[in-house]
Amino acid sequence: MSAVNLPSNYLPILVFFFIALAFGVVTILMGYLVRPKRPYLEKLHAYESGILPDTDARMQFPFRYYLIAMLFVLFDIEMVFLYPWAVSFNKLGLFGLIEMVLFLLILFVGYFYAWRKGALEWD
Amino acid sequence: MELGITILVTVLQIAAVLGVVLTHVAYLTYAERKILSDMQDRLGPMEVGPHGLLQPLADGLKLFFKEDIIPAGANKIIFSAAPILVLVPALIGFAVVPFGRDSLQIGAIEITPYITDINIGLLYILAFSSLGAYGILLGGWASNSKYSLLGGLRSAAQVISYELPLGLALVGPILLSESLSLTDMTVAQGGGIWRWFIVSQPVAFVIYMICAIAETNRLPFDLPEAESELVAGFFTEYSGMRFSFFFLAEYANMILVSCIAVVAFLGGWQAPLPALEFIPPIVWFLAKVYFLLFFYIWLRATVPRLRFDQLMAFGWKVMLPIALVNVLLTSIVKYFLNQWAEK
Repeated sequence: MSAVNLPSNYLPILVFFFIALAFGVVTILMGYLVRPKRPYLEKLHAYESGILPDTDARMQFPFRYYLIAMLFVLFDIEMVFLYPWAVSFNKLGLFGLIEMVLFLLILFVGYFYAWRKGALEWD
Repeated sequence: MELGITILVTVLQIAAVLGVVLTHVAYLTYAERKILSDMQDRLGPMEVGPHGLLQPLADGLKLFFKEDIIPAGANKIIFSAAPILVLVPALIGFAVVPFGRDSLQIGAIEITPYITDINIGLLYILAFSSLGAYGILLGGWASNSKYSLLGGLRSAAQVISYELPLGLALVGPILLSESLSLTDMTVAQGGGIWRWFIVSQPVAFVIYMICAIAETNRLPFDLPEAESELVAGFFTEYSGMRFSFFFLAEYANMILVSCIAVVAFLGGWQAPLPALEFIPPIVWFLAKVYFLLFFYIWLRATVPRLRFDQLMAFGWKVMLPIALVNVLLTSIVKYFLNQWAEK
């Protein structure tokens, strides 16, 4: 349908993306013309329940968040593996089933290892 | 010429979907306030218009004319971009949702009840909804406020933790329909309420609903914006239109996850009984989505908020193993049912 070598089904998504983006940008830019702008020092301080912030907010935060993010990446990749497998389940037959059971078992071993090591504990 | 008409139709479709979604978002806030107030035995908004019906418009206009404050210590570019980064993924997910069955035929132009039907629809929605977490995290970090940073971190941790069981719960419907396309998934559930995937995948449905509530930061999982401890969480420093974008994205996401739940488990636009098929499919679709949205609000009025360690433990130690076992059992049962059917 066009010179662009893309499946035409994906074209509306691209159009939608730009329309949604334009909606956000244009609304904010239009608001710029009508909204008041009276900044002063007290207003621009970060909110801290009425107390002046005395330190930068970007301080150390718990290591837990990093661990959770790392576990997420592992499990998320595994989840993405399951999707094509689920779609072609009937074509793969017994071979596909056994392969996936093995895959999930290995995953479970890793999962319980993480659990026993305390990676899932928050405190 | 042909291409021009196609693009024009697409743009009109997108405009229609965007308009409908934004109207629904506006009136969902109204419905939420009204239903909550009814459940708490008070009246809710009554002043603007009859029974407060124009309240969402008044709120929108007010936010539009509010000053846009960027805190002194904030990273200006990231701070400004974050609301749009949250809003865009929440809106473009609707591109693949099939709202009805029949296409509208006007002359040579065919108007489909969905913007586009791609064979990886579900994957596409999940991929883009994950991008929303970036906006939350960046917005919280760029504000340079302690509440925002903590809210952003919490939110990111929560969203990624609950995305795993959510994605795994959807493997069930994918296995049964053997497709990632939302249209094919709906068609696979035709023929009556007993063919809906909620009947064959009840565990996956419950997991999906719980995770969807956590993904959209709704009560009882609204830890990222727990008012009593974090003021407003990651959008504490936001005001005016940028604040409203976070709000808009949250409600649009609520509608989107309800649409996916309806398509994946409740038969999409299919009627529950063949005898009820005279009612247009789009009415069924809307009725199911409205019911789920009502359920969300109902839940907010009923259950108290969790603690953060409880939330993470629940996600990782309860939801994730159940979802994995569900995938395992579903695939084994499906394999043997296939074998049995062949004999």
